[in-house]
Amino acid sequence: MLYYIVKRLLILPFLLFVFSVIAFLLIQAPPGDFVTSYVAELAASGSSMDQIQIEALRQLYGLDQPVYVQYFKWITRLLQGDLGISLDFQKPIADLIGQRLLLTVILGLATFFFTFAIALPIGIISATRQYSFFDYFFTVFNYIGVATPTFMTALILMWLAFTELGITITGLFSPEYADQPWSFGRVVDLGKHIWLPMVILGLDGTARLARILRANLLDELNKPYMEMARAKGLSEWRLVLKYPVRLAINPLVSSLGWYLPLIFSGSLIVATVLNLPTIGPLLLRSLIGQDMFLAGAIVLSYFGLAVIGTLISDILLAWLDPRIRMEEASK
Amino acid sequence: MFWATACAMPPTPTIDRHTAMTEKNLLTVKNLKTLFVMDEGTSTAVDGVSFTVDQGQVVGIVGESGCGKSVTIKSILRIIQKPGQVVGGEILFRQAGGKNGADGEVIDLAKLDGRGKEMRAIRGNQITLIPQEPMAALSPVHTIGNQLIEAVRLHMDVSKVQAAEIAIKRMAEVGMPNPEERMELYSWELSGGLRQRVMIAMALLCNPRLLIADEPTTAIDVTTQAQVLSLLRDLQENHDLAIIFITHDLGVIAQVADDVVVMYLGRVMESGPVDDIFHNPLHPYTKALLASIPSVHGTTRGPLPAIEGAIPHPFNRPTGCPFHPRCASHIPGTCDRRTPVLVAKNDRQSVSCFLQNDAAEED
Ligand SMILES: Nc1ncnc2c1ncn2[C@@H]1O[C@H](COP(=O)(O)OP(=O)(O)OP(=O)(O)O)[C@@H](O)[C@H]1O
Ligand SMILES: [Mg+2]
Repeated sequence: MLYYIVKRLLILPFLLFVFSVIAFLLIQAPPGDFVTSYVAELAASGSSMDQIQIEALRQLYGLDQPVYVQYFKWITRLLQGDLGISLDFQKPIADLIGQRLLLTVILGLATFFFTFAIALPIGIISATRQYSFFDYFFTVFNYIGVATPTFMTALILMWLAFTELGITITGLFSPEYADQPWSFGRVVDLGKHIWLPMVILGLDGTARLARILRANLLDELNKPYMEMARAKGLSEWRLVLKYPVRLAINPLVSSLGWYLPLIFSGSLIVATVLNLPTIGPLLLRSLIGQDMFLAGAIVLSYFGLAVIGTLISDILLAWLDPRIRMEEASK
Repeated sequence: MFWATACAMPPTPTIDRHTAMTEKNLLTVKNLKTLFVMDEGTSTAVDGVSFTVDQGQVVGIVGESGCGKSVTIKSILRIIQKPGQVVGGEILFRQAGGKNGADGEVIDLAKLDGRGKEMRAIRGNQITLIPQEPMAALSPVHTIGNQLIEAVRLHMDVSKVQAAEIAIKRMAEVGMPNPEERMELYSWELSGGLRQRVMIAMALLCNPRLLIADEPTTAIDVTTQAQVLSLLRDLQENHDLAIIFITHDLGVIAQVADDVVVMYLGRVMESGPVDDIFHNPLHPYTKALLASIPSVHGTTRGPLPAIEGAIPHPFNRPTGCPFHPRCASHIPGTCDRRTPVLVAKNDRQSVSCFLQNDAAEED
């Protein structure tokens, strides 16, 4: 098990290197260099920079040197925690995304736990009571969940809340807490606001996971070990939860590898619609404004979250399934 | 001494008016009928099966694939799942639990709720199963020990450590090398023969009165088969265990069984002591089965004299005797119209055939 985890950890630096190259290429994609754009931006806003400052910036980014030197300079600064300056906001990028990244992770994890908490019982009941009223009900529910675009759900719920209840449900905080430092009151306020984006973001995943679980479980319920467990005298619920559910969950856990990153990044449109202070809307804005260092930093943090998500799912899977542990160890 | 440990007894309602059941009878199955009701049609998998297992006796059930052997024993264990259903008959079982090791009361398992507490207290405790597919009968993500300990603690009020001791003892008893270490392993880390031993150990954990072995030797190689058979025979002799042994291999029946039940399309064609069935078969189907055994001493190596014709599809069973379309000696106008019933031919053998007697089902 330890060996397995260490092996996973060892490939991390390599993965991050590949992703950082991709992010860097993204930064390099628009025509013109950063400093020229920066100067133009400054000029447009009425201020200016003298030639010496401009030269110093060119030096810092290595703009007159080959691309790999520029990459090297960028990654070195990155590793030191310097993400660069946002063209658009005229602020250090680290300050801009730090708070938003935290909220993205919190919302992502909340969505994730919500998804599993709902999908597990739905999947289990649909499979064990196949073709019952519940099964049909959840099948319809799942189709709706999968077929409705998430931002649409968000719009409908916002509209309903506004017309029926007369409240606006956007953001993750009430206005009085929005720009405050963390406090107990702010955490409570977050708790009051997070459930709606959580439900909206989780609906699609819940429907998908419940369907996967139902299908897996239906396969498992016909396996000979079920008969053996019954023949032992185990009660139906205990045996369903101990054996087939345990086995049917493994494919779900491996789906975490793609599901977690999807929650983190997939929230982009919904977060924009709901005006959430997560990194999604910021990415959209930075791309529109060609604020490439900001965009690069955000894309890189998405990659980072994806890698961590995959790592968690791999470790969880190895912990749950001895066959995977054994296979890895024998390699 | 170990075998004296009795499993916890459930409180059970008594149905003792069946005077037909004598002291030595452990299990009496009467007119058992199990259907599978599906959209495509209804399959009568078990159609009025009757047989008796005496205490400490080995009863073999033989028949071609699909004749309802597994469904019969699953019905006895009451683990038939939807769309299947036990729709009729009696399953009289003489329980343990009397004073000083004496027998307890007789209970009709067919009247119990298959998922209910009473049935679950008997299942895995007094009646246990060695399943048809030992390879897949263990969970791949739980250790052998976990599954054995679970089986013990379902029926005995013991700690996990005590349960593990019981499991290890049983594994040693069925010839499992290094049982302590094997407890930590997963089923897929064991060979087929060892897995089968785990299944046998599991079936013996709670000192059952009746062990049901559903083709316990078909999935393993011939050498291991022989070992498993002799192991079962030893266990049966040493512990006065009754065994229902299912197989489609008459050679195996000859080695292990005292009594034989010959099944065809969900019905019993003939039953009786193994010697009588082998040396004096009364039913044309039994004769055909015996003729299809490859003779060890045979000089010619021709193809097996397989029984002519195919087994009918369970959805469209023939009217009359189910075997008549394949029977060389069937009586036209009788065998294809009326259904024979199983009646005693002499004090040992029973047969369901118009060539032997004229008893038919009324309808
Ligand atoms: N789950 C099920 N659903 C529908 N029909 C079933 C089911 N299980 C068994 N049957 C029916 O019951 C009949 C008898 O099956 P059974 O498994 O008892 O045969 P068997 O004698 O044990 O055969 P084998 O030697 O191949 O194990 C089959 O022909 C099948 O039509
Ligand atoms: Mg079978």
